[in-house]
Amino acid sequence: MARIELSGINKSYGASRALRDLNLVVEDGEFFVLLGRTGAGKTTTLRMIAGLEKPDTGSVSIGDHDVSGWTAAERDVALVLQQYSLYPRLTVRGNLEFPLRAPGRKFSDAEIKARVEKAATTLQITHLLDRKVERLSGGEMQRVSIGRAIVRQPSVFLMDEPLSALDAKLRESLRVELKKLHSDLGATFLFVTHDQVEAMSMGDKIGVLRQGRLVQVGTPADIYERPLNTFVARSVGSPPMNLIDGRLSGGMADLGKFQLPVAANARGEGAVTFGIRPENVVLAPGAPGEARIFDIEDQGVVKILVMDMGDARLHVTVPAGTHVQRDEVVRFGWKADRVVTFDKESGANLALG
Amino acid sequence: MAEVKTKGEVIFNRAAIVAVLIALVIMLTPIFWIGATAFKPRNLATTAPPTVFFEPTLSPFAKLFTKRSQLREPVDEATYAAAPWWEQLIYDGGESVVRNKKTGEATSSGYGNRYMNSLIVSIISTFLAVSMGTITAYGFSRFRVPGEQDWLFFILSTRMLPPIVVAIPMFLMYRAVGLYDTHVGLIILYTAFNLSFAVWIMKGFIDEIPREYEEAALVDGYTRLQAFRKIVLPEALTGIAATAVFCFITAWNEYAFALMMTSRNAQTAPPYIPSQVGSGLSDWTVIASGAFLFLLPVAIFTFLLRNHLLRGMSFGAIRK
Repeated sequence: MARIELSGINKSYGASRALRDLNLVVEDGEFFVLLGRTGAGKTTTLRMIAGLEKPDTGSVSIGDHDVSGWTAAERDVALVLQQYSLYPRLTVRGNLEFPLRAPGRKFSDAEIKARVEKAATTLQITHLLDRKVERLSGGEMQRVSIGRAIVRQPSVFLMDEPLSALDAKLRESLRVELKKLHSDLGATFLFVTHDQVEAMSMGDKIGVLRQGRLVQVGTPADIYERPLNTFVARSVGSPPMNLIDGRLSGGMADLGKFQLPVAANARGEGAVTFGIRPENVVLAPGAPGEARIFDIEDQGVVKILVMDMGDARLHVTVPAGTHVQRDEVVRFGWKADRVVTFDKESGANLALG
Repeated sequence: MAEVKTKGEVIFNRAAIVAVLIALVIMLTPIFWIGATAFKPRNLATTAPPTVFFEPTLSPFAKLFTKRSQLREPVDEATYAAAPWWEQLIYDGGESVVRNKKTGEATSSGYGNRYMNSLIVSIISTFLAVSMGTITAYGFSRFRVPGEQDWLFFILSTRMLPPIVVAIPMFLMYRAVGLYDTHVGLIILYTAFNLSFAVWIMKGFIDEIPREYEEAALVDGYTRLQAFRKIVLPEALTGIAATAVFCFITAWNEYAFALMMTSRNAQTAPPYIPSQVGSGLSDWTVIASGAFLFLLPVAIFTFLLRNHLLRGMSFGAIRK
């Protein structure tokens, strides 16, 4: 049982406030992703749970225990970092054994050997066991890091951007492996990243952090389809949600030169910000919208069009077979039921307000 | 893959080798001279031009460690034959060993004791300065110390005065508290000299060790102290070696305070060597042998730590 609960956490470093009144619950066995930019407080949150950092106020509990006063060693969590988490003087085996040989733990040599072998097999690094850490590739290093985390069989895994230093292909394959590992181990994972693709593809739940505040917590679908505000809307999706200022009246979105329909239940009146995902914009001859194509990104499966519409710039995802050219003027509409309305001032999602 | 060098690089490399050789000759000549003189018979020590080829003798060393007096008439053969080899060397130079009137034992010159004093004081003060410096540097590097910058400046400021400026107050204080002419007194003094240096150098080295290593160990179940011992110390070894060599050299070579703060009991070797110049007719071979022996510990210490020093002397400027 390893439910993590942070309540009322505040943390400042000198004048800068790293975390403001943070409340967060990660359920037992959940794969929770904290998403945020550099300096949003993701790493600080993780370090508080690990016991490497003490909150100014608030409490941390893991399982049934308030661990606020516990040292890192007592908390029985495992930590995987982006880099520098392997000891350079040891072999891979030495690194894997290191947590098991900690003075407080009494493992027999046979037990240690068995656990190391098992972790190595799980991560397919058996052939690397006797190699020096300096001679590993980036991907191998991260595998060993993860291995060092799993040998102890802790109930909580904390991962601080473990894939960020790797190249794209490796990142993808390790993403899949991490998810598999999570389902095999059944442990609680807290994964910190600035990469929304990682967040969306791995998380059971995502928490979006901004300037030390937790903005929204939800499943990837929640976050993607029902963002709490324009910040979350722009945080996920690639390209992110289009935000267009306009006026809402009588079930129509007035975007200046033309009008597009919105769903009847759309909230708000007057000046609002409309949000529409790139894949929900549709090119169609005779549609009311008009824009000029500024750039075309061919991604194989789809094309991403960057279109100029007056002052606004619109990203649109269209099937790869669509024939368009730069500077071509196209007509478009959108899926009315997918339009999200935000308060123009606060950026809050009017449907959730 | 073979490294391809352009013509310009080859010329540059050769020029660099020549430059290094010239520098080496300039720097090593005095050391060679001292070394050669230490093994010369007295009559060859001051020839002009200098004698380069000669039959080496240990007689300067025999003289170095004993108190001697000039022989008025040559020693008789039976006494000569019965004397140990080192005493024969002294007789060869026209001198005899001064003997204790009661016990008949040869009187020591005191150089051996002073040498031992130098070793004791330098080794212990180096050990203290480096170990305290490393721990202090670790604290400054890893924890938020209130007023950290001020403290570090304060520590450094102890090096801003030429040490000799405080010699008189130190002398008076030492005499008042009974530290005058004691090993402990010199050890405290040299540790204090070297500590600020050790803190600053070690802080540079420890700052370069990613704290992630220790944090991983902390999470893995190690205490701060265990993480320090298992992770930080091995990583900092290079810096520790470099710092230790510098501290040892400073303590080993220190002259002014050793001269003022000590006399019979705790005096180190540096003040002894010049005291032999000009007492009567200077025997340069004895002075050279004293200086030669004095060179050895630093040379050996540096040689033993050379692998660490190659990386350490760049003060952590070369990253892995």
